[in-house]
Amino acid sequence: MNKNEFRALQELKYKTGQIDRRTFVRSLLATSIALPTALSIASSVEAATPKRGGSLRVGMGHGSTTDTLDPSTSENGFTLSSNYAWSNHLTEVGPDGNLRPELAESYSSSDAKTWVFDLRKGVEFHNGKTMTSEDVIASLQYHMGDESKSAAKGLLTAVTSIKADGPNRVIIELASANADFPFIVSDYHLAIMPVVDGALSVNTGMGTGGYILEAFDPGVRAKFKRNPNYWKADSANFDEVEFISIIDVAARQNAMMNGDVDVIDRVDPKTVALMGRAPNLEILETTGTLHYTFPMRLNVAPFDNYDLRMALKYSIKRQELIDKILLGHGALGNDHPISTANRFHASGLEQREFDAEKAAFHYKKSGHSGAIQLSSSDAAFAGAVDAAQLIAASAAEVGINIEVVREPKDGYWSNVWNKKGWCACYWGGRPTEDWMFSAAYTNDTEWNDTAWVGTESSAKFNDIVVAARAELDDNKRRDMYAEAQRLVNDDGGTICPMFANYINAHSKKLAHGSSVASNWDLDGGKLAERWWFS
Amino acid sequence: MHPIVNTVIQRLFLGIATLFVVSIIIFSSIEMLPGDFGQAVLGQAATEETVAAFRKELGLDKPAYIRYFDWVGGVIQGDLGTSFSGRAASGVDRSRPVAELIAPRLWNTLFLAGMTAIIAVPLALFLGITAALYRDTYYDKIVSASTLTTISFPEFFVAYILILLLTALWPIFPSLANIDVNTPLAERVYRSSLPALTLTLVIVAHMMRMTRAAIINLLANPYIQMARLSGATQREVILKHALPNAWAPIATVIAFNLAYLVVGVVVVEVVFVYPGVGQLMVDAVTSRDIPVVQGCALIFAITYIVLNLLADIIGIVTNPRLLHPK
Repeated sequence: MNKNEFRALQELKYKTGQIDRRTFVRSLLATSIALPTALSIASSVEAATPKRGGSLRVGMGHGSTTDTLDPSTSENGFTLSSNYAWSNHLTEVGPDGNLRPELAESYSSSDAKTWVFDLRKGVEFHNGKTMTSEDVIASLQYHMGDESKSAAKGLLTAVTSIKADGPNRVIIELASANADFPFIVSDYHLAIMPVVDGALSVNTGMGTGGYILEAFDPGVRAKFKRNPNYWKADSANFDEVEFISIIDVAARQNAMMNGDVDVIDRVDPKTVALMGRAPNLEILETTGTLHYTFPMRLNVAPFDNYDLRMALKYSIKRQELIDKILLGHGALGNDHPISTANRFHASGLEQREFDAEKAAFHYKKSGHSGAIQLSSSDAAFAGAVDAAQLIAASAAEVGINIEVVREPKDGYWSNVWNKKGWCACYWGGRPTEDWMFSAAYTNDTEWNDTAWVGTESSAKFNDIVVAARAELDDNKRRDMYAEAQRLVNDDGGTICPMFANYINAHSKKLAHGSSVASNWDLDGGKLAERWWFS
Repeated sequence: MHPIVNTVIQRLFLGIATLFVVSIIIFSSIEMLPGDFGQAVLGQAATEETVAAFRKELGLDKPAYIRYFDWVGGVIQGDLGTSFSGRAASGVDRSRPVAELIAPRLWNTLFLAGMTAIIAVPLALFLGITAALYRDTYYDKIVSASTLTTISFPEFFVAYILILLLTALWPIFPSLANIDVNTPLAERVYRSSLPALTLTLVIVAHMMRMTRAAIINLLANPYIQMARLSGATQREVILKHALPNAWAPIATVIAFNLAYLVVGVVVVEVVFVYPGVGQLMVDAVTSRDIPVVQGCALIFAITYIVLNLLADIIGIVTNPRLLHPK
């Protein structure tokens, strides 16, 4: 055995508690590591190992009195995180962004149309009932069907049948092939709940998750205690978890600084630099899939004109928007919704920049004259109105006259977005390219807020998306998605200048793994399960 | 019958008539709000058919006056209706009765209002009477200036300053007042102290200034001069002769401020995360949860009417001409 293997063996023994700290340090010294280094190695190994205990209080900038425990109604960050505390799903997105099995210990398909999920055996719900295929099928079918008003109904429209093959196997058949289907079943709505006395138990917070629900006060708090019977190793390390809804950003940040909560989300970018100086907390920033867009609707003049769209796309100073609106806490967007956090991000696509010449050229070619209206409101995202003003200013340099219309916050999503010609919008993003494209860019979704249908490029795009969905070869998919992103960037109606980081603050006593998931805020919504007190 | 009882019964009937008029106003204002509950809940999943189906299920397709009478009829029987929230899933209807939603929050709000009133009203009366006693001295000027300053600041500003002083610089109180039904009384009082203090600073000025003004106003009357000539001390003049006649305007101001404590403290609730009925109403308006909004508005109207009624009664009772009719 050489030195490195010996060190790794000793580290494993120390982590699992077979040897104590002194023996570990001595063994490192024996491999000719100096004492100070050995001591710091011992400390960092200790820090990376989850410890049990403690009572976690999470201050969330979400939550409403209309929330319920029924996962089909979950629509904000509060219910997202609390769903992930009391329930599990068939699969989960790991901290590194890759999909991994959860309640299904393996899943496979030969043609991306029929998926076989082999369920973990011996997993128990909080009431002691063993999870079987009956519970999985009932939980998924709850969101399907014409009468379902579930928010996740659109995710499962392609499912034609769900059958049980014994108590530990579920076979799901799709109408058309989808290589990313296992990602879809990790969605926070599709929690696996038990069938009790013949009916699915939906509004009780009963699941297989790491924490048992003790009290739920919608819009105020959710309290949990640890599930001693949790099947997942090294997870759910806190004795108690409490999610507290603190909508006001100053109150939330205050609570963090006073130690009334241990972690908060949605830190205000305007004051995060000052907050970082507080001695008892740390700022955690992750670049996820959250992005801000300015969709132009192709069915509203003058945005049906390709040259006008190009002119506007070239007249935006993207880095300036990131610096002034996000205060640097973001990444450049390239007029398509795929982020660097997604697997098949087209890094080879040239980043569009502000180009006065090209913008002027396209504007002249479009033959448009007069003012162009841009509707904006802070309901879209914090700073949307300021961003619209900045866009108007940089477009004025090129000679394009943009009129910013300030819309009221109330009713923005009913009256402005997806209706007016050019407005502001935000997207939380999705873990897979297909999911994101199918949510907002294909011609069959209601949320195609750019009305991108009827052009040659959009027809090509839709074909590519359908083909890539069925393709199981990752390399081929990468090429297809790169082409899809190029089509959106070129012909699509979306102006996407920036991806926004998730900014959180947590107490120094709180520790997490070396990588933090970026698919949702707060470690993919699963901080209760993945973090610990050091 | 005794004239007082007559007057009280008269006022009671007037109150109920006012309540009816207010209910019509509430109902029509909500009708005029833009946006639609179906669209607000179904959000981006709202198509023509799903919104129409939703509206049918909630009974929103019936004409306005039928819905109004249904609602009023229900309220008279004690049923405030069921909330629109909790209906976004298939099949099972998980909506909670409005009364169940409002009751715990209303209790919290009344608790906070009571706690504030216990501190603020005696304080305001004391300051007002002493200011009248020592009027135009430095004491009077300082008290007036400082209370007027605190009432001029916006509530959230006062709240943030108190948080800075009393939770950040000198950690005496917690900055989160998130109580629930199970919080023991002592902890509830401790956690509600900062919100109560904020509200006290906000309402003391009005009551104190009114007390002072009412008393000083009465001091111009001849009977006060008579009392002085008869040898009453300054203290006796104010407490025994002036104050009893000043109760009517003072009671009116106190009632107004107490009503404000119940209906107007959304900002303080948001800053301190106190689960009261103001935040509930704002949430309900944003999501167009009409039964909850109507229920809250009605309860607020009842609060105002009842407190005004009490102030009226106090005004009548302290007026000897009505108390001992000839």
